[in-house]
Amino acid sequence: MTDTAPTPQTGVAQDVAGGPRVPVSTFASNLREYGLVLALIAIMVFFQFTTGTLFKPVNLSNLVQQNSFIIVMALGMLLVIVSGHIDLSVGSVAGFIGALAAMMMVIWPLGGFLGNPLVVSIICLLIGGAIGAAQGYWIAYHRIPSFIVTLAGMLVFRGLCQGLLGGGSSVGPLPDSFKALSSGFLPEVLGTWTLIPPTVNAAGKTIFGSGVTLNLTTVVIGIIAVLAFAISGVSARRTREKHGYEAEPFALFVVKTVVIAALALFFVYQFAVYRGFPIVLVVMGILVGIFVFITRHTTIGRRVYAMGGNIKAAQLSGIKTERLTLFVFINMGVLSALGGLIIAARLGQAVPAAGLGSELDVIAAVFIGGASAMGGVGQVMSTVVGGFIMGVMNNGMSIMGVNVDWQQVVKGLVLLGAVIFDVYNKNKG
Amino acid sequence: MSSYILEMHDITKTFPGVKALSNVNLKVEEGEIHAICGENGAGKSTLMKVLSGVYPSGDYEGKIVYRGEECHFKGIHDSEEKGIVIIHQELALVPMLSIAENIFLGNEHARWGVINWHANEARTRQLLAKVGLGEDPKTLITNIGTGKQQLVEIAKALSKDVELLILDEPTASLSEKDSQALLDLLLEFKRQGITSIIISHKLNEINRVADHVTVIRDGRTIETLDRSQISEDRIITSMVGRSLEDRYPPRDPQIGEPIFEVKNWSVYHPLHAERQVIKNIDITVRKGEVVGIAGLMGAGRTEFAMSLFGRSYGRKISGEVFLHGKAIDVSTVGKAVERGLAYVTEDRKVFGLNLIDTIKNNITIANLKGVSNVGVIDDLKELDVANDYRRKTNIRSPSVFQKTGNLSGGNQQKVVLSKWLFSSPEVLILDEPTRGIDVGAKYEIYTIIARLAAEGRAIIVISSEMPELLGISDRIYVMNEGRIVGEMAASDASQEKIMRAIVRGEGKAAS
Ligand SMILES: Nc1ncnc2c1ncn2[C@@H]1O[C@H](COP(=O)(O)OP(=O)(O)OP(=O)(O)O)[C@@H](O)[C@H]1O
Ligand SMILES: [Mg+2]
Repeated sequence: MTDTAPTPQTGVAQDVAGGPRVPVSTFASNLREYGLVLALIAIMVFFQFTTGTLFKPVNLSNLVQQNSFIIVMALGMLLVIVSGHIDLSVGSVAGFIGALAAMMMVIWPLGGFLGNPLVVSIICLLIGGAIGAAQGYWIAYHRIPSFIVTLAGMLVFRGLCQGLLGGGSSVGPLPDSFKALSSGFLPEVLGTWTLIPPTVNAAGKTIFGSGVTLNLTTVVIGIIAVLAFAISGVSARRTREKHGYEAEPFALFVVKTVVIAALALFFVYQFAVYRGFPIVLVVMGILVGIFVFITRHTTIGRRVYAMGGNIKAAQLSGIKTERLTLFVFINMGVLSALGGLIIAARLGQAVPAAGLGSELDVIAAVFIGGASAMGGVGQVMSTVVGGFIMGVMNNGMSIMGVNVDWQQVVKGLVLLGAVIFDVYNKNKG
Repeated sequence: MSSYILEMHDITKTFPGVKALSNVNLKVEEGEIHAICGENGAGKSTLMKVLSGVYPSGDYEGKIVYRGEECHFKGIHDSEEKGIVIIHQELALVPMLSIAENIFLGNEHARWGVINWHANEARTRQLLAKVGLGEDPKTLITNIGTGKQQLVEIAKALSKDVELLILDEPTASLSEKDSQALLDLLLEFKRQGITSIIISHKLNEINRVADHVTVIRDGRTIETLDRSQISEDRIITSMVGRSLEDRYPPRDPQIGEPIFEVKNWSVYHPLHAERQVIKNIDITVRKGEVVGIAGLMGAGRTEFAMSLFGRSYGRKISGEVFLHGKAIDVSTVGKAVERGLAYVTEDRKVFGLNLIDTIKNNITIANLKGVSNVGVIDDLKELDVANDYRRKTNIRSPSVFQKTGNLSGGNQQKVVLSKWLFSSPEVLILDEPTRGIDVGAKYEIYTIIARLAAEGRAIIVISSEMPELLGISDRIYVMNEGRIVGEMAASDASQEKIMRAIVRGEGKAAS
């Protein structure tokens, strides 16, 4: 494999670069990401074999609808952890916001405009941001450890959540238009397309394998997304080459792109034969895209990593670390609120225990994704995969009928294993 | 010869992407002071880490023979058991613990886990006496200077019954006087039969104490010089592969109008609010001028520079800063950078670098605007910038994607310098810019300084190495105890004059 070192413009430095050089393979340096994806696939295959239903279109939709809030909140948590902090309050904030939304839509006579689910959602997101700001303020400007501030937040907002709902009761039912956030599907605008017409057997049942109808909107969006992914990959390669930088080996690039595209198309197909893309999947997908962009291509993302890596050096480089920390927590607050709305929408009501313990799933997703507890390290896509690992385990074990206690044991061990694997790898390399 | 206490044969050590050592040989005689020289990134520290078991046996190829016996150290403990003790380039003391606690960390006089403080302190006193340090064993490490910390490290080594003492750039951050004291101590150890290996870029020191010098270049042994062959020029030739005519690049200073002025600058200590650290300093730097600030350790030079740079040090800061005759606001680092100030820190690991990030990201972090559009980073532009500076400052690494934590000390320094060069400052403050840098690279850094000055920028250099200040400055301020106590044109300055100004200043401060 070739060297990752960009060659042409560095003539002088190349000549003097210390000692004989051993090429670094791009593959080895990305080993962790590949390992993580392989682990996810292995876990999925395992549950497919033991349950037989994991890959069923219905279940895939369920899986997404049940676990997307973890990934949504994990996006915020990633930034929090990369910046060297932690947020324990996200589960409680989610619960509180869910309760607040339910009260606004069901109990309080706000009427008309203010009672509209969309308006309520926006207000709730703003309140989430305010909660994040309130916690972030103490962390950023008064240097109170985030662990303590958000531990307090965890108690406060769980209490407020329960108080708001008036003790142990739940509030509902929520309007259908609100529930669509979690249980709705993308509206079918192009119509459906019957791939294989259903064949009915003598007993009046459809024969297995026949009767495949695709939701065209989903197929079209899926194909466009996959094409966009491939084309942007190729064009990025082109520009790199034009500027004289060697990209990763072509064969590896092709294999990678084809594998990812094939996997993506497989899932697109699964959703298309059921009811199309769940709305919440689309919301999540857009957010993931935004956060990949923020962390990889924007100055604010870069500064968060710099701050987490060495806060003193960051300050002396002119980074306003206080403001940045505040931003990170506001962002977390907004995403916690969104998580809370998603949970409430899925349950169709607000319950006092909504989001209880979910901070642990969220934090685990980020660490399974390879973020460092010391800050400065962590990737969005890895976090998403980490979140899916948690989600698939939740889903698969539930289908298998593993009891909740044992589910926790297994998840705990997976988290520990993932982090041990990381540390071991780091020491070796 | 069987008088070798240590023989290292064909040592080869590879990191991902870098072959740090290839077939290095080193033979050290019993009771000598053996120096190791080489450029930044040549592999000196790596070789010593191999020797002391930081990189355990199996992580490298080759053979280590100590006192005639082949050794396979699995960790530092194994080598310490044999009396081999290493003091690393970056000190490893715990700042909030006392001297005694540090010396016996992990090695306390204790019974059943209960520490016997009397025994520890008594023993500490003995050890401190041996290294000539008159501090109370209870003093916290943060409260003593780097020079004394270095002595504490040595006392710690002595507590382990050292037979072979390894010092990796022990004098890099010491003042002239402390360095001399340390070297005298090594000579004293030599008389007591302790063998030392010393790594240093200060060739005059090596010239003074070393019995043999082994030169390493690009991970290979070049040669071992004996006492009669040792001279600075000889070592340099061997290190860089050619002779170096001058230590300082020629300059033709074109000095213009004042660009940067500081008036009546006062700063108080961040914790002890009544203690004034910087006392009414006035300085002026002209266009195209290199101004040196001389002084002893603790004179307040770093504090002065950091307080100027966005109030990064101290409290109750007062005074005015002018750029091109206009008062400017430098109350935050962001504003200072925007107005065209840059400060290259003396402590690269703590204040200079994000060690877990790449060379590229470290170089651009202080000037992300320069590689982005409305907050979106242009990856290729950034890569071009990083590669450009990697070449200009000659950073040795497989690529700009190397983590700065994996670079040799000198190359880390070049990354910090690159970061501030890229912010294209009008006023560049360099705090000990050549600390831990090899002779060849020093010349390169001086060249960069000269070029920036020729471009019409104002440059302030803080340095404890007087020859360096005399060699590159146009004018020198002398600082002592938070005051400017002297100012002289470099052309009629000398080490004696600077020292005299300091002593006079002390007299004034006392009266
Ligand atoms: N952990 C590591 N991972 C990758 N490369 C490393 C690591 N440690 C050292 N290197 C590389 O090995 C080479 C030798 O480094 P070393 O620290 O031994 O240099 P040195 O001679 O001590 O230099 P200096 O005078 O600057 O301290 C350098 O190119 C450095 O980048
Ligand atoms: Mg070194």
